[in-house]
Amino acid sequence: MTVPTPAAGDLQQAHRHVSLRSGVYADSVKLMQVSKAIGAREGVTAVLVAMATPLNLELAAGMGLSPDSGAKPDQLLIALTATDGAELTSAVAAVEAALTAREDRGSAQTVPSRTVGAALEEQPETPLAIVSVPGPYAVAEAMDAIGAGRSVLVFSDGVPVEHEIALKRAAHDAGVLVMGPDCGTAIVAGVFLGFANVVRPGPVGLVAASGTGAQQVSCLLDTAGVGVSHVLGVGGRDLSTAVGGLATLDALRMLEEDVATERVLLVSKPPAPEVAERVAAASAELSTPVSSAALSADSPDLTAAVEALLREMGVAVPTWPTRPGADRAVPAGAVLKGFYSGGTLADEAMLVAAPVLGDVRSNTPLRPELDLGSDFAARGHVVVDFGDDALTVGRAHPMIDPTLRLEAISTLAAGGEPAVLLLDVVLGHGADPDPAGALAPAVRDLPFPVVVALVGTEGDPQGWSAQADALAAAGAAVFASNSAATRHALDLIGASK
Amino acid sequence: MTSLLSGPPAVVAAGVDVFSDALRAQGAHVTDVEWRPPTIGSPEDLTQLALDPRRATANRTAVERILAAGSVLTDVRPAREVLDLPDRMLLHSGPPLAWSAASGPMRGALIGACLFEGWAQTPEEAEQLLASGGIELDPCHHHRAVGPMAGVTSPSMWMWCLEDPVHGGQAYCNLNEGLGKVLRYGAYSPEVVDRLRWMADVLGPVLSSAVRSRSEDPLDVKAVLAQMLQMGDEGHNRNRAGSLMTLRDLSPAIVEVDAPSSDIAAVLRFIGGNEHFFLNLGMPTAKLASQAVGQVPGSTMVTVMARNGTDFGVQTAGTGDRWFTGPANTPVGLFLGDYGPDDANPDIGDSAIMETYGVGGFCMAAAPAIVRFVGGTVPDALATTERMYQITLTENPAMQVPVLGFRGAPTGIDVVSVARTGWLPQINTGMAGRVAGTGQVGAGLVQPPAACFEQAVAALAQESRAALA
Repeated sequence: MTVPTPAAGDLQQAHRHVSLRSGVYADSVKLMQVSKAIGAREGVTAVLVAMATPLNLELAAGMGLSPDSGAKPDQLLIALTATDGAELTSAVAAVEAALTAREDRGSAQTVPSRTVGAALEEQPETPLAIVSVPGPYAVAEAMDAIGAGRSVLVFSDGVPVEHEIALKRAAHDAGVLVMGPDCGTAIVAGVFLGFANVVRPGPVGLVAASGTGAQQVSCLLDTAGVGVSHVLGVGGRDLSTAVGGLATLDALRMLEEDVATERVLLVSKPPAPEVAERVAAASAELSTPVSSAALSADSPDLTAAVEALLREMGVAVPTWPTRPGADRAVPAGAVLKGFYSGGTLADEAMLVAAPVLGDVRSNTPLRPELDLGSDFAARGHVVVDFGDDALTVGRAHPMIDPTLRLEAISTLAAGGEPAVLLLDVVLGHGADPDPAGALAPAVRDLPFPVVVALVGTEGDPQGWSAQADALAAAGAAVFASNSAATRHALDLIGASK
Repeated sequence: MTSLLSGPPAVVAAGVDVFSDALRAQGAHVTDVEWRPPTIGSPEDLTQLALDPRRATANRTAVERILAAGSVLTDVRPAREVLDLPDRMLLHSGPPLAWSAASGPMRGALIGACLFEGWAQTPEEAEQLLASGGIELDPCHHHRAVGPMAGVTSPSMWMWCLEDPVHGGQAYCNLNEGLGKVLRYGAYSPEVVDRLRWMADVLGPVLSSAVRSRSEDPLDVKAVLAQMLQMGDEGHNRNRAGSLMTLRDLSPAIVEVDAPSSDIAAVLRFIGGNEHFFLNLGMPTAKLASQAVGQVPGSTMVTVMARNGTDFGVQTAGTGDRWFTGPANTPVGLFLGDYGPDDANPDIGDSAIMETYGVGGFCMAAAPAIVRFVGGTVPDALATTERMYQITLTENPAMQVPVLGFRGAPTGIDVVSVARTGWLPQINTGMAGRVAGTGQVGAGLVQPPAACFEQAVAALAQESRAALA
């Protein structure tokens, strides 16, 4: 019932609002506070917010703000005048807000939140939730975040792909991002989440369907003096046919709007071809240039993708750091044994090695018929991903707990098969504080060459050079680039033939 | 909404604490969720409900309705007329119940009602009549009615008639008898039945005339409930301020009723002497809100919690009038006189509709005066209300808790949140004696059995799968 009426004896147009609310009760002190606050607004000429008692109705009448009729003492009277309609509308809205505003809770104790939803309700400014509860419970927690309009990083694995799709669709509709499931690496607005390296801030935004792939790429960029704006992990299945790149497409749009991001690099394991096409088409629509470091038989090399990007940016490609290993004789007929903690790094090693060596068997094979099963002591060219979900059930990731890989190395040494051992060591937040310390004793006395891809930066808590020196002292040849490490191992095997 | 990429370095973390520790070390603001695996409901069912695209909208609809519902007092009439009760039917509290399964206080109240109606002359006769199936039993909730404790409502009892002016619904409740040896606590001695007769002969008709004389300006019961929360009542086990306000508001009309002044005085004395007089107005107010929500497919909001002294029953908006039941727990609290825990009957009464509406035990923080009576401390009361915020869908701006900065009452219990937090709704309640005829033995705190919520989760998930298939 907003009725503009001319103010008595004044040419200026006054705007008035008089309304009654039932079922709203507030004590008189609270209402006087509200009236005072609203009256202090510029443009508000008179205000009375009070229960409609006879006394207050009399006050209202004196102000020329009587309600029509039938006001009852248990109704709330909101009456005010303002200099213009816009201010009147916003003043009425301010009354509503003041009546429902939550005050300081004083001495009330806080009970810890038991769900992501409850915690986010208490933290309206927090833009991100991290969910690392057991897989069967992760979706409910993640949906809490999406429902509250926040992005979520799902570290948990074991989330069925249909649930992943449902989460990502809901997130898309809500304008937020789902990172994961099984996302272990992200850097958002300068915060390192999960396994991430300490890299400098800069213009390149990464969208990564691969955790260790993103770590390799961001570390090489950092070594070249180029920083990253954000690393948005999207989960290893995002570029599969089933998920269709839902999160990748959303992440691209977010980076397009981000002022800190000047270029985007997509990092992934081999994507489904039609999804790769869809992502390429979406990328072409953006004003931000998008490059790809998607591994495939045709482009098997993350380092090469980084070098291409650097050239595009006009940045000199540096010599990637290395440490020479001990001059160990390569046994005749040596085979490649790649024992990896990073899934994408293992894939890259196989893609680089396959054209040279032929088939490489693995627990995460390039083709199903090369599946190794759980026989990690199998003879011949073998690459094992110790970070595969099947091997991390009930135990920490090999980037934290080296036990399984150390056992495999000692089995290999005892078996006497001629070999070149290729390993990755990933540094950064979340990783083993001294992986070289654990690995050095295991490789020091091996009767065959050891090559290590050491992924990290000088800024990492472990420090790239310190770790590289320790590994080199134990006889390993060390490379900052995994593809360079793999090629070195292949050269050693080739030389033995 | 703060943006992910430009927002503050703040996260909410649920799960392994290595993440939180690493983030804190970087100076990020981390809020840890005290997460634990749900003990109610299977993870598959909870995931199904979390992903049901109808749920957010359906719960929003349910919330809008429960908050918008109003309640005004329109009439006082005999149950026979207003509920269209057939002769030889008695209503009772809670989910459906057979005489054979009825507890002591429920049997006592049913016996008392048979004596009051003149269907039997002695308690033994009444018992035989009830045991032989000569009286039909039906829940109050099936008749848009609610009743405290045993909730036994017979055709000759007079009912408060309340209306929701927003949605147009009606709800009913009998008149409160006071404390001590009363029918609703299972007492049926001559003094109990005599009081019921006086209530039917004098109190009901006087109140009826008084209420009808105010038909142009009916009592806004919801407004009284809102005010009493700011006066130390929680609306379930403490109704002192609400009862006095009701007496104040109705007195002029009562005095003007054309009845002997001795009757008028007796009515005023009766109301003034009963601290729980308002409860029977608060309950149908909450019932109106529950009815306003009604059935909302996809919603996981609880619409009814009620106990019959044997079983606890729950209904949800997503599953309509289907009951999810489990054996009622026995309240824990303080006892009157010589009574002790062994004398207490399992939980009984429709009054948990107050908690369903977000007051009562959910507003413990509003009623520090009652906290010790139900066996708690003031910090307990604050913590209880804080917990209830985590299992409810909204805050009711009309029902404010002063000590929490006038925060709205935690309203609209979410089955999924109950399951995920493991926190069951907190109910304040009176305790009836186990033995028929005893009456009240104490007051305390009680929770629904987890079984009700386990069934509700399973049924809601099943409905969800069927609807989305």
